[in-house]
Amino acid sequence: MTMTTYKNILTAKEPVPGLNGVNIGVVTLNRPTVLNALNNELMEELVSALSDHDKDSTVRVIVLTGSERAFAAGADIKEMSDETTVSIMLKDRFATWDRIRNIKKPIIAAISGYALGGGCELTMMCDMIVASESAQFGQPEINIGVIPGAGGTQRLTRAVGKYKAMELIMTGRPFTAQEALAMGLVNRVVPTELYLDEAKALAFELSQKSPIALQLAKEAVLKSYDGTLSEGLQFERKNFYMLFSSEDQKEGMKAFIEKRKATFNGR
Amino acid sequence: MSDEKILLTEKKNGVGIITLNRPERLNAFNDELSFQFQDALKEMEKDKEVKAIILTGAGRGFCAGQDLQARGISQDSGEKTSLGESIRRRYNPMVIKMRRMEKPMIAAVNGVAAGAGMSLALLCDYRIVTDKVTFIQSFTKVGLIPDTGSTFILPRLIGYTKAFELMLSAEKFTAQEAMEFGLVNKIVAEADLMKEATALAEKLALGPTKAFGLTKRALNRAIFPDLEELLEYEAQLQEIAGRSEDFAEGVKAFVDKRTPVYKGK
Repeated sequence: MTMTTYKNILTAKEPVPGLNGVNIGVVTLNRPTVLNALNNELMEELVSALSDHDKDSTVRVIVLTGSERAFAAGADIKEMSDETTVSIMLKDRFATWDRIRNIKKPIIAAISGYALGGGCELTMMCDMIVASESAQFGQPEINIGVIPGAGGTQRLTRAVGKYKAMELIMTGRPFTAQEALAMGLVNRVVPTELYLDEAKALAFELSQKSPIALQLAKEAVLKSYDGTLSEGLQFERKNFYMLFSSEDQKEGMKAFIEKRKATFNGR
Repeated sequence: MSDEKILLTEKKNGVGIITLNRPERLNAFNDELSFQFQDALKEMEKDKEVKAIILTGAGRGFCAGQDLQARGISQDSGEKTSLGESIRRRYNPMVIKMRRMEKPMIAAVNGVAAGAGMSLALLCDYRIVTDKVTFIQSFTKVGLIPDTGSTFILPRLIGYTKAFELMLSAEKFTAQEAMEFGLVNKIVAEADLMKEATALAEKLALGPTKAFGLTKRALNRAIFPDLEELLEYEAQLQEIAGRSEDFAEGVKAFVDKRTPVYKGK
């Protein structure tokens, strides 16, 4: 399969070691001259690249990354500075962002350098976050007289709790990877030279699991963000029961009993 | 596979003795020796009759650290191993086991203790050495970082200033110097080494070993509360160093017995 080429991002597939015909998808933000500022065109391309990997049955897990210097330094402010309430509403730029929520496969963010504003919000839309020691997060919108608009006030609060979120969103101060780790916002912090390898290694590890189970797990965990606990529990149970009609469940449990490694086919 | 045992264990009067036995390689670690050593530690830990442990080396050396000529390390041999992975599988479990072992471990240092071999001595609770022994933090000599716990154990034992100097100079130092740094408990004549170590171990074995174990647990908490985290960090940094041109050159020069030419890359 040939890959679509984009202007602002790079997209690639990498084979999972030891699993024939199974890949991870790697999507790289690539507007180096503006530290990967997120304009509409880039976001459209990003959603399209993520959807391609999501539909590609050889891809099990997606890694989303930027450059060592910047994952994404924020939204493209020049694109927005002259907007009015009505004009910005009508453009509905966040509709593109919303489509990232429909990606069913796990997305692992590999973050180095700046992940500020929209860059931080895009990071938080991913399912796991691997950060380099030099990663710098922040929601600095307050400093230019606005607030986060792509989910920052909601996702940061759910990740780190009310008081830290208030501090970070109201002061707009950047915070380090170590601080993010301590707050539970990122999964791992590794030396800068290794962050992408680490994220890929995690993607390879997840690629060994049943893709259907991964998908239903992602769905169920995200469900905990919406609604009540009892709704969430019901949703989880439904997904749990549903997996018993998959070949992967039969294989997984059989392999466990036979004390061997399971081979999942995604059916 | 040869029949010769590369690791010997014995047990007497409440004392377990582990002897690294690759004398022709100064007891340097290859894969096999690392795993056998890990197994021996596990057995000694479980064995209720073992109350104290002596670690020593056969022949002229105590332990020369990683065997740079072992398969996969020397990059001439084709396949390149990940040093980070190698450390996680082979060395870090050994460090954790030695520190968490609630039985006193005595290093009876009979000869050169280099690189990870020096770390091995540092990981023990006592160091009794002969007057002929030399130590060396040899890692940077081949473009690597000190590992097997060295980056935090050595500065915590002797202070940052001396530790950093020893790591960057990668020069040998004597038993007497080690004594001045506060790195060893006792210097003895070569002929007396095992006698001295055994006497100490047997004495400890008759002591309140539960309290000894708890004392070690408390000291671990005080001095190495972040053991696992720092070991993982060492593995990550060694992974980076292991990919460098300098390391490739360092190993090549070592094997060719010439002076390496480094580029800082």
